[in-house]
Amino acid sequence: MTRRAVARALVYLSLIAATVVVLLPLAAVLLTSLKSEREMADGSGALALPEDLLNFHNYVTAFQDGRMLSAFANTAVILLFAIGGTVLIGSMTAYAIDRFTFRFRKLVVALFLVAALVPGVTTQVATFQIVNSFGMFDSLWAPIALYMGTDIVSIYIFLQFVRSIPTSLDEAARLDGANAFTIYRKIIFPLLKPAVATVVIVKGITTYNDFYIPFLYMPSEDLGVISTSLFRFKGPFGAHWETISAGAILVILPTLIVFLCLQRYIYNGFTRGATR
Amino acid sequence: MTDTTEKAAVEPAPGPAAPEPAPAPRPARLWRGATPWLFLLAPLTLLIVFTYAPIANMVAYSFTDWDGVSPELRYTGAENYAELFTRPDLFEVFWVSGYYLAASVLQIVAALYFATILSFNVRFRNFFKGVLFFPYLINGVAIGFVFLYFFQDGGTLDSVLGLFGVETDRAWLGTPESANTSLAAVSVWRYLGLNFVLFLGAIQSIPGELYEAAELDGANRWHQFRHIIAPGIKPVLSLTVILSISGSLSVFEIPYIMTGGATGTETFVIQTVKLAFQFNKTGLASAAAIVLLLIVLAVTWVQRRLVPDDKVDLA
Repeated sequence: MTRRAVARALVYLSLIAATVVVLLPLAAVLLTSLKSEREMADGSGALALPEDLLNFHNYVTAFQDGRMLSAFANTAVILLFAIGGTVLIGSMTAYAIDRFTFRFRKLVVALFLVAALVPGVTTQVATFQIVNSFGMFDSLWAPIALYMGTDIVSIYIFLQFVRSIPTSLDEAARLDGANAFTIYRKIIFPLLKPAVATVVIVKGITTYNDFYIPFLYMPSEDLGVISTSLFRFKGPFGAHWETISAGAILVILPTLIVFLCLQRYIYNGFTRGATR
Repeated sequence: MTDTTEKAAVEPAPGPAAPEPAPAPRPARLWRGATPWLFLLAPLTLLIVFTYAPIANMVAYSFTDWDGVSPELRYTGAENYAELFTRPDLFEVFWVSGYYLAASVLQIVAALYFATILSFNVRFRNFFKGVLFFPYLINGVAIGFVFLYFFQDGGTLDSVLGLFGVETDRAWLGTPESANTSLAAVSVWRYLGLNFVLFLGAIQSIPGELYEAAELDGANRWHQFRHIIAPGIKPVLSLTVILSISGSLSVFEIPYIMTGGATGTETFVIQTVKLAFQFNKTGLASAAAIVLLLIVLAVTWVQRRLVPDDKVDLA
């Protein structure tokens, strides 16, 4: 019995240790973001409490000088188009692949399958030239097109859900004279709501967090998204850790709120997305 | 709509020997043949333009000395590949992946441990689960800054060590070994949560009666892990291994944001990006990207051969 108790204690100890490891770096940044420039200069140490816990001065600086407002606006535009496009494209592809038999169907499926294995970072060398030749370089359209066009995971998620919708529904509608587009719009798409929710969440978070594509395709400062705008803090705020910290917290906060509200969907979504 | 009929015309209409018992009137049949392609028009166009065309172009560029801007380019045969494999400084960066590979072994073991203990009845389970998973959702640039502060002189790590009475003036990101180890640790911090949640999902899909039966037979926690959990998570485990290997080979964000590839932390992808977009060596960068792509595809292929989807348990 005592051995069991010791084992139990060790289990909780390891969990608490992990919690500290995860939260401590974040807590230190949160504390730093609330400190004044003078406190930082005094070298109070990363874990010392700030004098004024409600000192939001650094957040104002980060928001105004760090162009975080336009960054959030640009990110919102990209999110809207990229997610909308992904949902439409993914659900249409899944519907076509699952509900129709046509020539080259196997080839089409294979094309999508193999594309899922290609790591996106490697092909940017050549993708860049194509995006550039379309005149999309340094515009919001570059990331939007890339996020829409290269998301295979969403197609898989939609495919799983389309499969679970009984074909008898399609057939009944067809007997009533509905054509394929009506069936897609009126029957399949409304039943895909859980899949849409999953894709919106997973796609939303990965798009919000992506750094590489906006960094590569949108060098203009006006086109900063939250990742690239935060990255630019490195220059002007070089040694001003209190401002950089405030910027980092500003970026993390929306994620935390979304996570707390939608926990269950997020776990399911990422599990589904990774295991396909 | 005219486009529709054109598309349909391309599709060879099935002859009279088509298997349908009662052939529909001709226009209707054409319409049906074209429908899936109408749905696939946009997705396939995007797929080809943004995935397959770049790969094809990249193969072509890799045999040239193109700089990415000038209209001139010279065919150089396999010269880029030869340079890649013979110039030690170009290929050396692959060793950096070793740090991340070692870290991902640690990461998988830790994720497996936490998934196992949290699959049993533990107090505050959802809290611990959330805490372990949350880092995976955080923006990479924010993580980069959080850990730059963590590792900097007098930063979080030094302060914590100071609490325990350990005074160090060590520059954590100062030497290649220390910097790469630190960056690999950040990568564990960031990605552990995903592995953990995947494992947890797999473990929780194992029917509970199995544990009850095992407990009646006197099996302890280790036996339960060995004979019930381990076989149950095999597919997810092999998937995780594959993700870790290809992830370790294509590390980019964390080192690029934190050190920019300085002090020996340059990875293969950082090098490729620099070759292409700073030194305008599109040809050489393409060859590098092709090499990485082939390695990743090979690893995936090996995994698919070793662990087929409909697995046969040896246990």
